[in-house]
Amino acid sequence: MLDSLGIKSVDELFASIPEDLRLPRPLNTPAALSEIELLTKFERLGSRNAAAGRPSFLGGGAYSHYIPTIVDHIISRSEFFTAYTPYQPEISQGTLQTIFEFQTLVCQLTGMEVANASMYDGSTGLAEAVLMAERVTRRSKVVASTTVHPQYLEVVKTYVQHAGIDLELTNFDEQSGLAGSSLAAAVDDQTAALVVQSPNFFGCIEDLKALATAAHAKGALLIVAITEAISLGLLKSPGACGADIVVAEGQSFGVPLSFGGPYVGLFATLEKYARQIPGRLVGEAFDKKGRRGFVLTLATREQHIRREKATSNICTNEGLIALAATVYLETMGRQGIQEVAHQCVQKAAYAAKEIGKLAGFSLPFSGPRFNEFVVRGPSAAAHLLSRLADEKSIEGGLALSRFVPGRANDFLVCVTETNTREEIDALVAGLSSIAKHA
Amino acid sequence: MTTEITKVTTHLSHNEQLIFERSHKGRIGYRLPGLDVEETPLDQLVPAELRRDDDLEGMPEVSEVDVIRHFVRMSTWNYSIDLGMYPLGSCTMKYNSRLNERVARIPGFANLHPLTEEHDAQGALEVIYELQEHLAEITGLPGISLQPAAGAHGEMTGIMIIRAFLDARDGATASTRRTMLIPDSAHGTNPASAHLSGFSVKTIRSTASGLTDLDHLRELCAQGDVAGLMLTNPNTLGLFERNIKQICNIVHEAGGLVYMDGANMNALVGVARPGDMGVDVIHLNLHKTFSTPHGGGGPGCGPCCCTKELEPFLPVPRIVKNGADSFKLDYDQPRSIGRVKAFFGNYGMMLRALSYTLTHGNDGLREATEAAVLNARYIANGLTSDYDKPFDDPPMHEVVFTDKRQTRKGVHTLDIAKRLIDYGFHPMTIYFPLIVQGAMLIEPTESVGRQELDQFIAAMKSIAAEALADPELVLNAPHNTRIGRLDEAAAARKPVLRWKPKQAASAG
Repeated sequence: MLDSLGIKSVDELFASIPEDLRLPRPLNTPAALSEIELLTKFERLGSRNAAAGRPSFLGGGAYSHYIPTIVDHIISRSEFFTAYTPYQPEISQGTLQTIFEFQTLVCQLTGMEVANASMYDGSTGLAEAVLMAERVTRRSKVVASTTVHPQYLEVVKTYVQHAGIDLELTNFDEQSGLAGSSLAAAVDDQTAALVVQSPNFFGCIEDLKALATAAHAKGALLIVAITEAISLGLLKSPGACGADIVVAEGQSFGVPLSFGGPYVGLFATLEKYARQIPGRLVGEAFDKKGRRGFVLTLATREQHIRREKATSNICTNEGLIALAATVYLETMGRQGIQEVAHQCVQKAAYAAKEIGKLAGFSLPFSGPRFNEFVVRGPSAAAHLLSRLADEKSIEGGLALSRFVPGRANDFLVCVTETNTREEIDALVAGLSSIAKHA
Repeated sequence: MTTEITKVTTHLSHNEQLIFERSHKGRIGYRLPGLDVEETPLDQLVPAELRRDDDLEGMPEVSEVDVIRHFVRMSTWNYSIDLGMYPLGSCTMKYNSRLNERVARIPGFANLHPLTEEHDAQGALEVIYELQEHLAEITGLPGISLQPAAGAHGEMTGIMIIRAFLDARDGATASTRRTMLIPDSAHGTNPASAHLSGFSVKTIRSTASGLTDLDHLRELCAQGDVAGLMLTNPNTLGLFERNIKQICNIVHEAGGLVYMDGANMNALVGVARPGDMGVDVIHLNLHKTFSTPHGGGGPGCGPCCCTKELEPFLPVPRIVKNGADSFKLDYDQPRSIGRVKAFFGNYGMMLRALSYTLTHGNDGLREATEAAVLNARYIANGLTSDYDKPFDDPPMHEVVFTDKRQTRKGVHTLDIAKRLIDYGFHPMTIYFPLIVQGAMLIEPTESVGRQELDQFIAAMKSIAAEALADPELVLNAPHNTRIGRLDEAAAARKPVLRWKPKQAASAG
């Protein structure tokens, strides 16, 4: 090949790079590993993640749900996982029709009118929602409750720091654990949006209707964030409550925990805001013979055309993870999503009841719960949970001291359909015995 | 060796409805264990007014076989890397190793919760740390964050770092420095990301030979308001910016910083390092250079790499070494721009990229670069007799042609791209970069051999001949796909973005 190009050595290929900029030595990275050596290395590293094999009650934005076997089979098909963004619709209809179904499913679950092809995750989706609210209302104040996932709030802060948006936080009600009236009271006629999460970071279900009414009374939007998307199988949809933008983490829909990613952000809103949506959208189209197909559409919102005036800098979605979520939702279906949600709420209720009976333990918040709840222990929760992991091999939950100051004894427990009664009973027994021998 | 063009033939391709149109009331495709705890009346747990009352009307009700056939049928409508050459310029469609997929599915990683305490997730943190080390060596930039989820996200992170650095360095006077310079050949994400960080954008012209116009750069830098330059290198025309060192000097002397869009880093790995060129911060696309799968449009992973000087501004948490064989999360970075994503980023992609790095080894990484450049050069050479090549400089990993010769017969880039589908290839990137009229940007990557390159060249030559002899044939392409060109304008005028049941559609 070099001969055909009239080139004598491989180095000549790089003649346009000035000599003094070329690396004069081999890269100082390891020599090549064989397949056997590589797998041995990663198996060893994987085994250093002791927590991955234990019964777990960790939630807080990432959830352990059952994943039907076919999900991984379908997303492992070459035709899906080795395809690019569907720029050539004639040879990308598999991806495009899947996204169209995904957008429909997100609308059905959230009760909203339009949804995009997905965002990076729930947290960045929320940041994009805040930026969108500013575009729609041309107002610069955004009020969020501290019951929103703390990492989501951090991401929003990063995104808005140069966007001329003033982010205000309101405290939650200590008794109920809900965003409550302080959030509703903070809305004024400069407010672009109220931001609330439901179920919130403490697992409590917010009264979205009341918040929507309060926001709309001042011409503001209500942005609802959801980290546990399975809750949509049981709870009134944000759309039915009057939400204007809904963002959710879709990890619960068939996506492994994978130490935090890749996940998939769901983003839905009202039809009148369709041209303000960030990210990709897929729409129906027809060819000359009248055959139905799907295309990327409303591209004039996007960066490759609008450049700095685009609705967002996003140019990919989370295609393969959106596919996983679509396969999950279609496999579980209308009935399955509801049954998973039902098992979650029932098992969490059982766990809460049993833990609440233990001497020295209480449930500090009275708000209604889905599958997560805060427990107040008799001593520092971080220490208690770490002993539970070491001595009983149970991941008992999330010490709130990692996120919320002044809550040293509190921890967040999450229960899903994958937790058996046996595991829940072991958690209860473990907490009891460790508390007794503190 | 024969170079027969392998045109696409028709093959078994089922029609398939939307899943909603396949749904039958009461059909299910799952089974859960029975509830093993005492059931509490729902009203005692969640008041009725907080529960949904639509019974998820409209959600699919199908069996497992329905789902499998649904997706397998749809999958056959997609082109994919595994099917053949996918020469999308700037997108780097290289082979996605199955071994990397296997690594990402090892239970110790796949089942690991991101809020696990550090000491029970040491293996996961070690993977992040090790990949950071390798990327630092490959880019020559020691400060790394793997948190950004995609190229555009890494870009936004990099620009925010520049903003934070300037604000810290210049204090109140930083507000006079809010201009980001971007070449006219740049990716559209560049201006969009700059805007998100509060910068206004000024465009730098390219010279006739396709490189950054140094005089124009000097002129813009002389105005005193320049915060930085965003430069893709090799640029989007596939040309190495040979004056990169001088470019960096001009920007630095004007008080600005240089951000390099690393989308084309696959032309440099093992050969040259942005850190040695004077670049301050870059993003990488693990889904391009490091072969993590594109997945039909994500997930990506867009690490941000920067100089020691900029390191304090990287997103938190940082993943750092804590003794010989121990790793920890470091949140104590008061000058950090903050967090750009929940948890640690697209971790599964980091596993795949580390696996790619280790299976290639240091010499294999360089070999991949050499092969990618050689292949592009081979295509550049093979097509010059039939297509207009607007720039004379030999390309790096991708090459741009135009439709100038074919337009005489009314055949345009879009038509050539569509006709290529009939020959069994995915089209190249079209109409990008914007500064080249009728651009066709071709990037073969290292994942094709000479035989396939020859077939591609033969197909392109054949299309050029068709454009002369029978332009209608090209104008009406593709002919062999299950669906023809779709009316995208009509789709955008009255967008239908979701399925609705028939009666609801007519009512609404």
